[in-house]
Amino acid sequence: MAKVIEGLYYSESHEYVKVEGEFGYVGITDYAQEQLGNVVYVDMPEEGDEVEAGAEFGAVESVKAASDLLSPVSGEVVEVNTALEDEPELINQDAFANWIIKVKLSDPSELESLMDAAAYREATK
Amino acid sequence: MKYFPHTAEDIQQMLDVVGVKSLDELYAEVPEELKLHRELHLPEGKSEIEVRQIIGELAEQNKRLVPFAGAGAYDHYTPSVIPYLAARSEFSTSYTPYQAEISQGTLQYIFEYQTMMADLTGMDLSNASMYDGATATAEAMMMCVAAAKKRNRVLVSATFNPAVLAVVRTYAHFHGVDLVEVPAKDGQTDRAALSALLAEDNVAGVLVCQPNYFGIVEDFTGLADECHAHKALLAINSVASTLGVLRTPGEWGADIAMGDAQSLGLPLSYGGPYIGYLCVKNALVRKMPGRLVGETVDADGKRAFVLTMQAREQHIRREKATSNICTAQGIMCLYVAIYLSLMGPEGLREVNDNSYAAAHLLHRLLTESGKFEEAFPGQPFLNEFTLRYKGTDGVDALRKRLAEAGFLAGVKAEGMDDCLILAATEQRTEKEIAQFAKIACS
Amino acid sequence: MNRTVYSPLIFELSKAGRKGYSLPASPCAEYKASQLPAHLLRSQAPSRLPEADELTVVRHYTNMSGNNFGVDTGFYPLGSCTMKYNPKINEELAALPGFTAVHPAQDAAYAQGALKLYDEVQRTLAEVAGLSRFTLNPYAGAHGELTGLMVIRTYHLQRGDTKRTKIIVPDSAHGTNPASAAVCGLKIVEVKSTPDGTVDVEDLKPLLGDDIAGMMMTNPNTLGIFERQIPEIARLVHECGGLMYYDGANLNPMLGVCRPGDMGFDVMHINLHKTFSTPHGGGGPGSGPVGVREGLEDYLPNPQVCFNEETKQYELRHNPKALGSVSPHLGNYGILVRAYAYLLTLGKDGIPMAGKLSVLNANYIKECLKDYYELPIDGLCKHEFVFDGLKAKYGGAHSDASHITTLQVAKRLLDYGFHAPTIYFPLLFHESMMIEPTETESKETLDAFIEVMKKIAQEALEQPELLQNAPHSTPVRRLDDVKAVKDAKFSF
Repeated sequence: MAKVIEGLYYSESHEYVKVEGEFGYVGITDYAQEQLGNVVYVDMPEEGDEVEAGAEFGAVESVKAASDLLSPVSGEVVEVNTALEDEPELINQDAFANWIIKVKLSDPSELESLMDAAAYREATK
Repeated sequence: MKYFPHTAEDIQQMLDVVGVKSLDELYAEVPEELKLHRELHLPEGKSEIEVRQIIGELAEQNKRLVPFAGAGAYDHYTPSVIPYLAARSEFSTSYTPYQAEISQGTLQYIFEYQTMMADLTGMDLSNASMYDGATATAEAMMMCVAAAKKRNRVLVSATFNPAVLAVVRTYAHFHGVDLVEVPAKDGQTDRAALSALLAEDNVAGVLVCQPNYFGIVEDFTGLADECHAHKALLAINSVASTLGVLRTPGEWGADIAMGDAQSLGLPLSYGGPYIGYLCVKNALVRKMPGRLVGETVDADGKRAFVLTMQAREQHIRREKATSNICTAQGIMCLYVAIYLSLMGPEGLREVNDNSYAAAHLLHRLLTESGKFEEAFPGQPFLNEFTLRYKGTDGVDALRKRLAEAGFLAGVKAEGMDDCLILAATEQRTEKEIAQFAKIACS
Repeated sequence: MNRTVYSPLIFELSKAGRKGYSLPASPCAEYKASQLPAHLLRSQAPSRLPEADELTVVRHYTNMSGNNFGVDTGFYPLGSCTMKYNPKINEELAALPGFTAVHPAQDAAYAQGALKLYDEVQRTLAEVAGLSRFTLNPYAGAHGELTGLMVIRTYHLQRGDTKRTKIIVPDSAHGTNPASAAVCGLKIVEVKSTPDGTVDVEDLKPLLGDDIAGMMMTNPNTLGIFERQIPEIARLVHECGGLMYYDGANLNPMLGVCRPGDMGFDVMHINLHKTFSTPHGGGGPGSGPVGVREGLEDYLPNPQVCFNEETKQYELRHNPKALGSVSPHLGNYGILVRAYAYLLTLGKDGIPMAGKLSVLNANYIKECLKDYYELPIDGLCKHEFVFDGLKAKYGGAHSDASHITTLQVAKRLLDYGFHAPTIYFPLLFHESMMIEPTETESKETLDAFIEVMKKIAQEALEQPELLQNAPHSTPVRRLDDVKAVKDAKFSF
């Protein structure tokens, strides 16, 4: 059974946002990593890029699949998790600890349209 | 029909199992109004003897001209070993090596091919081939745009073969690439014009070629640095065989090396099958189109090879794939791998030396006669060059005269009606060269 | 096939000083490439090229070939790939010097035989497809697909209709369809399938509009099912101003029975290395001719081959209305020679018979195995069909994490000397196993395959570990795909 963490926001395309102040940490859920299998590459944007809610900002790749990353929130990318460049498998080890991008939220109200843990747990049942 | 093993009895037994009465009933669900209801308007099937006669006659209707032409296709020698080995049906009748366990043969020779092409071009890695040099150049253009993300302008030198340019332009038109031609000056890429375009800081990539359409070996000193300073990629198209001696795309600092590898032992075959190659620096591997073979191990720890980085490809990424290419030139990789195995570094150098000698001898005989002059005086060339014909009968008449004597007298330089682009390889003998020159200058 | 893998690479057999070539003396020894300006020359010889004598090279590649499975070795039930027998006379004729020694710059006047062959092949394909004209310039199926889409865009653009930037593709389509559309600058609109695997016409209707360039389909579709609604679909797409594109990947069963042109398609490609018996070559060279209905011929790529009625000569033409060029010359010409030999050999009776027997073979396997493997869509199939894995009583329920997967069945087949079917495609089912036997396989071969498939089902029930660890007898087994990506190594 895939792990779901309380207090995070979840998208239908299996990304999560962990909000800390005006920043959101975006990654893929434990459910998503289970579905993908061994992650071998994460295609990430650059610092300073703008991401838009619902729009693609990168991709995660396993050996025989690739999945686009859709940002659950809008804003500026202030940091990318460079550890994933060399060790993409960190996502398999702990998807929630290994976020992909840190975004300065431009419209925190977008969070309201995302699912909470209970709703996401239900959605991935 | 010798290719169908079914006896009448087999067919009846199988129809019974399927539960239909006739072969036609297998199409019961196809609406009648869509069916053909007549014979195909084609001849009766032919015996092997007849097929051999028909196609043999067509082959004989093509005049065997001794080629003094290049323009992207070079009459280098194909050692007998190559067609002999490449015809092995274990290679030719196999499928794309998705089932690696029973496809190590294909995967091994592609891995060898990739190694050889990376070495020849001075790049980090090669893919498992493209269709030809022209489409490889178009793919390089699309890679530049994909890598740049926010830029869609690509510069292309006007010194490319116009037939290659036409393909690149076609891809650019449909793919929405802003392809801008950099003019030629004295038969070479106009570097001042190129610098001015780069300075606009909106260029994703620059495509140049070596030797160029006119046969000139261009000097790309400083070009890579200039491109990179403006965040543009540099892609160099080379005639593969010439990389045995010429400065490599890697040494020029290119990000992408591409072109046609027909010159590595592939027959002329009236334009195909040839083989395109595409090599890159490591940073671009995920932007690469086409198949890639990688080394790994099997369950017993044995070295083995697989198709890898498949997440770039159409069967997984669909419209987000780096390209739509699936099958490329498979068996032609094997041709190249065997050719380079036989030739080695020394053989390749000798091929280039002899081709250089044949072309320079021809160049000397023609220009000394006074009937020809250099179109671009003093420019360095390897085995292809452009001359202006001063005869009053014109280039067309000259080519016809030589064709009647059994020679293919190069190609007419596009846009320069009095000029001829000639090439020679190690296959041209002193006698052929002398005879060609004699008729050309008469 | 080799039981144990022949593993050396040519680089490991190299020894400095050996050579495998011989060349005549230079025609003029005073000239050498090293006389070029030094800064135009490579600083050192290509250091990784091997040095080997001729026999070493011959043995190396001969032994290497034994690591491969091929149609000449055994049966390839590979769905959508049409791995039929590749006749040997084709190879011999394609190797005639009258074709292989012709330089592409040789004027048309001196290549009349080659051009006539091109024209004969294109005319034969046009009759088989029910279309007006074919170009044989595209190098492969995907290249043909791209060319065909370029024809469609050119048709719209030359009418001044610039809005048509979208193309409709069924969700069951092969990945190449959307990929080709994307290269061609078209946006993809997916149309859903009904539960029986055919295009959902009701889902299609709202997608149609003045921004639709056309629709891509195969018929029969990837499930081997004939799309009976095709006249209605074609009418709807034509009514909205779009063109119908036929992906010829599944043409084989329709040969001589029902032609794409008669179904309402305007543009199509054919894979000569599927339907018309040219060898797949482990991934090329292929050939992807593109045909069009009357009125679209001008848009086909340059150079175009034409017959001049006045001079009675074949000519190469550069048509200003053409979409442009997709190849500098006439594509993979050598492949056309092979296809022509096949077309001549089969003739007007053999071509339809190929299609019918391919359908018979597919239905026969389906009927013999449907008690063992899950057949999601029953009824007549055409050249191929799809199983959704083993039946639950043999392989366990799909929802059960320990069920026997299609991959395991596929790998076990390798142990029995058969190639695997196409697996995990189409994506409509979780455990897809797509089987296409082709017409060149005998009842005995099919029966042997059926017996093995039944045996594997029994093994799944009784000795699942045999499947879980398969293959056992291949030269290499269960390769580490993750390592190949993570510790990427693309050269020796």
